[in-house]
Amino acid sequence: MKKLLSGNEAIARGAWEAGVEVAAAYPGTPSTEILENVANYPEIYSEWSTNEKVALDITIGAAYAGKRAMATMKHVGLNVASDSLFYASYTGVNAGLVIVNADDPGLHSSQNEQDNRHYAKFAKVPMLEPCDSQEAKDMLRLALDLSEQFDTPVILRTTTRTSHAKSIVELGDRKALPKRPYEKNPQKYVMIPGYAKRRHPVVEERLTKLAEYAETCPYNRIEIGDYSPRSGAERGLSLGIVASGPSYQYAREVFPDASFLKLGMVWPLPRKLIAEFASRVRRLIVVEELDPFFEEHIRMMGIPVEGKSLFPIVDEFSPEVVRRSAYAAGLVDRPPVERAFDKGALPLRPPVLCAGCGHRDVFWVLRKLKITVNSDIGCYALGVMPPLTATDTIGCMGASIGVATGMRRGGLEGANVAVIGDSTFFHSGMPPLANAVYNHTPLTTIVVDNRTTGMTGHQGNPASGLSIHREMHTRVDIEAVVRAMGVEEVHTVESRDLDEMEKVIKQAIQSNKPAVVIAKTPCVFVTSHPREAYQVVTEDCNGCTMCFRIGCPAIYKSEVLDEKYKRPKAYIDPLACVGCGLCFDVCAPQAILEGALKQEATLTTHVA
Amino acid sequence: MVTANFLLAGVGGQGTLLASDILADIGLRIGADVKKSEVHGMSQRGGAVTSHVRWGEHVASPLCEKGAVDYFVAQEMLEALRWIEFIRPGGTVLLSQQQIVPTSTVYGADQYPGNDHVISVVKQAAGTVLLIDAKKVAEELGNPRVANSVLLGALSAQMDVSADDWLAVIVSRVPQKHVEINRQAFYAGRERNWEI
Repeated sequence: MKKLLSGNEAIARGAWEAGVEVAAAYPGTPSTEILENVANYPEIYSEWSTNEKVALDITIGAAYAGKRAMATMKHVGLNVASDSLFYASYTGVNAGLVIVNADDPGLHSSQNEQDNRHYAKFAKVPMLEPCDSQEAKDMLRLALDLSEQFDTPVILRTTTRTSHAKSIVELGDRKALPKRPYEKNPQKYVMIPGYAKRRHPVVEERLTKLAEYAETCPYNRIEIGDYSPRSGAERGLSLGIVASGPSYQYAREVFPDASFLKLGMVWPLPRKLIAEFASRVRRLIVVEELDPFFEEHIRMMGIPVEGKSLFPIVDEFSPEVVRRSAYAAGLVDRPPVERAFDKGALPLRPPVLCAGCGHRDVFWVLRKLKITVNSDIGCYALGVMPPLTATDTIGCMGASIGVATGMRRGGLEGANVAVIGDSTFFHSGMPPLANAVYNHTPLTTIVVDNRTTGMTGHQGNPASGLSIHREMHTRVDIEAVVRAMGVEEVHTVESRDLDEMEKVIKQAIQSNKPAVVIAKTPCVFVTSHPREAYQVVTEDCNGCTMCFRIGCPAIYKSEVLDEKYKRPKAYIDPLACVGCGLCFDVCAPQAILEGALKQEATLTTHVA
Repeated sequence: MVTANFLLAGVGGQGTLLASDILADIGLRIGADVKKSEVHGMSQRGGAVTSHVRWGEHVASPLCEKGAVDYFVAQEMLEALRWIEFIRPGGTVLLSQQQIVPTSTVYGADQYPGNDHVISVVKQAAGTVLLIDAKKVAEELGNPRVANSVLLGALSAQMDVSADDWLAVIVSRVPQKHVEINRQAFYAGRERNWEI
């Protein structure tokens, strides 16, 4: 049966077909949908783990115990999990272990565009890279087979374009495998220096054998171009292209006559196959997104090759990016179609905090207090966007509290706070908070607890207690956790209560102790709307713009101008407004009419 | 074999992804090779959403090349202007008259482009322009959410694929209780001449 599947859906299907029994992940674009789809298969134990390292450790343990396992994460998630990747490379596995790593060239939803092919080389483990959904599914099984055959974790690398593009997949059946019994073997599984030292040569030998395998891997293949009698094979051999993943697909369209070395196994590389291909073509180029990974390797083999001298090292590729570079290099006859139209200046449409989002309340107060904000990764990263523009720093998951501590120690003048979400707090916010307590850092941390992992699509986490199957597990109480860590100055406040929030934030900062403010603000997607929409009483509105400055997507400039100041009056879209009331709170002329409280309003997905 | 490149562009919440899933499934149904690619990382936060759908004998790239889109379905006026370079000279644009004003025009000095300006640029770029008041038609039918079926109906009239194939896929993709209104919306889009 054929079906259109995204790369992520195909990977989930591939895991099921290949007999995976344990799967764990922390959500992260563009990888999230893999585990969401895996969760639909009852044969597979699946969970949202608190972070990527935890997820990887769990799947490593499952593989040791004898069941096929899969951990999935975005590229920066592998940074978090990398410590575990490196020891697992030494210990090897028992049953197959695949780590699915989704890179994000173009930073559609990430803080950088690192090229994680380097991790395969760095950790000395094999890496496969599919170019469409069929390959994604098939390679998932191959990854597990290789993992068992060579006793190594295997990384399957996608990019946003493979994860989120759909193509046709032939579905197969699940092949359940017998459990591989666990045998105690401390020399293999205990990485104390004495034992680890003896594992390193095993890893090097394994890499040599994997490099031999790469020569015959069916996903590394030479495709000789343009054999048509009219033009002859000669034309096809004038240009040879090395490519993998989506870059291969773009290059296939831009260079229809060229010859290709299509790499599906991107580490270790097939040296003989590369040398053979290079010897057959007159000009060898590499079309690869981000870093010159293949290019440098090929050049080190002493083979003349071009890559980053022709194609960009930054941003995602597309057919026109490849064509533009190829045309500039004289490799193709036709430039991209680039027509210029007199469009005028177009307003951007960046993502914004949703109407009714409680994070808006927090940033409204922080902006008013004019304090430095060290924020973190999540929906609340949008607090940096105009008109709130409340944020000073954001780095990576969990960085807020450490950076805020450092800014205190580094002599920052004036107050600063760390802002971190509930899911991010459990991901990597607890160690730096314990550190602040231990080292007596007078720092205020605001945990913006919206009871969900919002930006990636409202997954459960320890704060909500919701499992990947949307069942209520155990909630881990943030207030109890921070008190147990020794934070004495703890305030829990409803974000909607602006006066109270401002008061406790000031109090926390003035306490001059490690302090935590838990700003509770259930995400509008996980609760029912408690109120009817608010309304602007047009005759009372004087167009003062205060409500425009909260950046609410439900508030518009109306066509009606204020008579005195000739400013457009406000209008609230009743379909978009969820009745949070921040505009009501900030409206100086009191021109906003409060919506009625809905009697039936209840939290729909979790118990308070 | 029907070969076509489609681009759909809208704003988070407009159903861009569902509409493109339907288009991709129709391609599969008529025996084409199909690829579909979308950017939806933060679409739920009111961001711009685009989706590329390609039908062909063999489709390599999941993205349409700029200047090579045959049918551009713009669900929103500003987004039509933003992505117009993708249409090939002579291509067809289906322009929904809906306007969704970004917050930057509310707190800042950005100006939402005027209808006449959008239409004139789109006409300059495309061979055929269909100007469709999809939301109004949908509201008249009783549910503004079926606007996309109006657009798909209008698109179907431009293509050599039977109405039955289109409807079979649309029906499979909407809840049972909304099948009839989506069928009506599809025909409301299909049976009227929207060309300007």
